[in-house]
Amino acid sequence: MSRLMLKTEGDTHVIVTRHFAASPEAVYRAHLDPKIVQRWLLGPDGWTMPVCDLDARSGGKFRYEWKHETKGHGFHITGEFVELTPHSKIVHIERMFLPQQTPDNHIETRFEPDGSGTLMTMRMTLPDEATRAAMLSTGMEKGMENSYERLERMIPARMEAGK
Amino acid sequence: MQELAQLDAVFLAMGDPTRRAILARLARGEATVGELAEPFAMSQPAVSQHLKVLEGAGLVVSRVDGQRRPRRLAPAGIDAMERWLATLRAGMEKSYERLDEVLARMEEEPKRKKGRKA
Repeated sequence: MSRLMLKTEGDTHVIVTRHFAASPEAVYRAHLDPKIVQRWLLGPDGWTMPVCDLDARSGGKFRYEWKHETKGHGFHITGEFVELTPHSKIVHIERMFLPQQTPDNHIETRFEPDGSGTLMTMRMTLPDEATRAAMLSTGMEKGMENSYERLERMIPARMEAGK
Repeated sequence: MQELAQLDAVFLAMGDPTRRAILARLARGEATVGELAEPFAMSQPAVSQHLKVLEGAGLVVSRVDGQRRPRRLAPAGIDAMERWLATLRAGMEKSYERLDEVLARMEEEPKRKKGRKA
């Protein structure tokens, strides 16, 4: 029910969907209140977000910094909010620093009522096909053609195992 | 952390539009430096320089075919990105599981407050 779905669309898009057992208002707020973001946007265990600066308005900037509890290094993301429609839509641009800067990712996130909860749909737009292909390793040369299928098979298995 | 270092090299290599175009061209099949230089209106040494960065990131490999040294996409760099995507996805799922808990508490809090008032 709450499973994360990830698929490609066209040449440059990645679509992520996820159901939440909470109202669109709550899910929207959880994405824009820095005190709340800091509690969940942490990825794998062992990471914390010591810096969560977020100016939740159109044109506002954000900066998230992650640190690993034992590995002693981290990485960060910066971005700008392009459009905020209360409780239903967030449009923003972000890039990672690993420290090398990754290409800008343009992300539109929608929150829609779904039963008694919320369906979140994220639509990522990468600058060009090569970047997305590299991100997802799709459509690469012969011999790599099965990569994406393999990836699709591998990911649900990994997620099932994580449950 | 080697993972992050390799990924960093990959994104450094991909940070340049000419190198991304070279990767896109190689995605259609192998090509020599001369064949790669043609559509980019670039000198062969300039293309070789870009190929060096791509090879350093493990994205491109070459083979010897008589006088020719055709380049093609390398599985190693692609695998790193594939693993990264799997990691990203696993990380997202973990984050959202945490968000589920946070949301459950958010919905409870106002209810409790209302309950107290009533």
